[in-house]
Amino acid sequence: MARRIPIIVCFVFGLFMLVQFFVPHGLSGAAYETVLDWMQIVFVFTLLVGAVSYAKLNAKKVSRKETGWGYNTIGLVGLGVMVILGLWKGTGEGTPFLWMFNNVQAPMQSTMFALLAFFVASAAYRGFRARSWEAGVLLVVAIVVMLGRVPLGNLISQWIPDAANWILRTPSMAAKRGIYIGIGLGTISTSLRIILGIERTYLGGK
Amino acid sequence: MDIGIIIAAFLTLCIFSFLYRDNPFYKFAEHLLVGVSVGYVLVIALNTTVMPKLISPVFRDGRFDYIIPGILGVFMLLRFFPKYAWLSRISIALIIGAGAGVAIPATIQAKIFAQMQATMLNFASVDGIIVFVGIATTLAYFFFSKEHKGWFGKTARAGTWFLMIFFGATSGYTVMSRISLLIGRMQFLLGDFLHVIK
Repeated sequence: MARRIPIIVCFVFGLFMLVQFFVPHGLSGAAYETVLDWMQIVFVFTLLVGAVSYAKLNAKKVSRKETGWGYNTIGLVGLGVMVILGLWKGTGEGTPFLWMFNNVQAPMQSTMFALLAFFVASAAYRGFRARSWEAGVLLVVAIVVMLGRVPLGNLISQWIPDAANWILRTPSMAAKRGIYIGIGLGTISTSLRIILGIERTYLGGK
Repeated sequence: MDIGIIIAAFLTLCIFSFLYRDNPFYKFAEHLLVGVSVGYVLVIALNTTVMPKLISPVFRDGRFDYIIPGILGVFMLLRFFPKYAWLSRISIALIIGAGAGVAIPATIQAKIFAQMQATMLNFASVDGIIVFVGIATTLAYFFFSKEHKGWFGKTARAGTWFLMIFFGATSGYTVMSRISLLIGRMQFLLGDFLHVIK
């Protein structure tokens, strides 16, 4: 029962969502919207599971005073403050919740991604070394695209931004579409396997 | 100076301190970021989904069918109780099954037909022919049911050249986007915080 019921639920909802796409009736559309709402609601509870797991893990480390428990306390305080402020004072303009987002979360998040500039540059240095003709093409294209996106490229030659645009519009677009079509075919086959109950890894171990 | 700017600048510098090496300031900011982000996502999800799509329909509009996803949501939380954890599979099955059902027609339209249509419509030009050849050779490269030998091997090899161009262009774009974020943070530190630049 622990495996059969989920497989039946998966089959019924999967088949319904697939078939309704071809049924141009208001009732079918309304049912589709309702199931989408259901999915969103259940998804929020999965987020809640993640948040509770995070809190439990950190609380365990703090209570046992494991190495670095002070940092875990910081994480718990951050989580608690955001949840309390959000539920107590709301999330609109001028609320403490939004102030925390603008002055604590957003600057740290964008700095974290900015930090990646240094690591991307170092990875690019190692990855872009032209050890073969293919790697050479990758290197030249990356340089042309980078120069083509900044004023310096136009100062060196007007040809560079044009070349960058052509690369993005034509050969790069071709590979991108090929990859998209491949992803599409893979998505369809995997989805069918899930609906038909062939792919059951989402059920977990036992 | 606004206290918010001082805090934001301090946290920005804490994260940048990782460039030297892993240190307590970075660890402090890292854990704070994770905690605050989890709290943010949770509150936004509660406000944008649970309140308008679960609480309001059930208690205000009398849509009692919405109790079903509520029960399935509670099933998800039963993961913390080993005896009843299997019930959460039903909730996961709903998301996975319905998601798979939605994905099939959406993918056929957006990832296959739309891409093929865009290729066919521009076929009557040199660029259009290059795009067509690029798609065909790229797909050949990803076709592993036939050994990459002979004419098929050469076609697949041509696909790798198009793929390298794509990876090069994507890498270039990624580097540029990260550098533009770095410029943004520098502008904040030197402009809003230190007032060295305007």
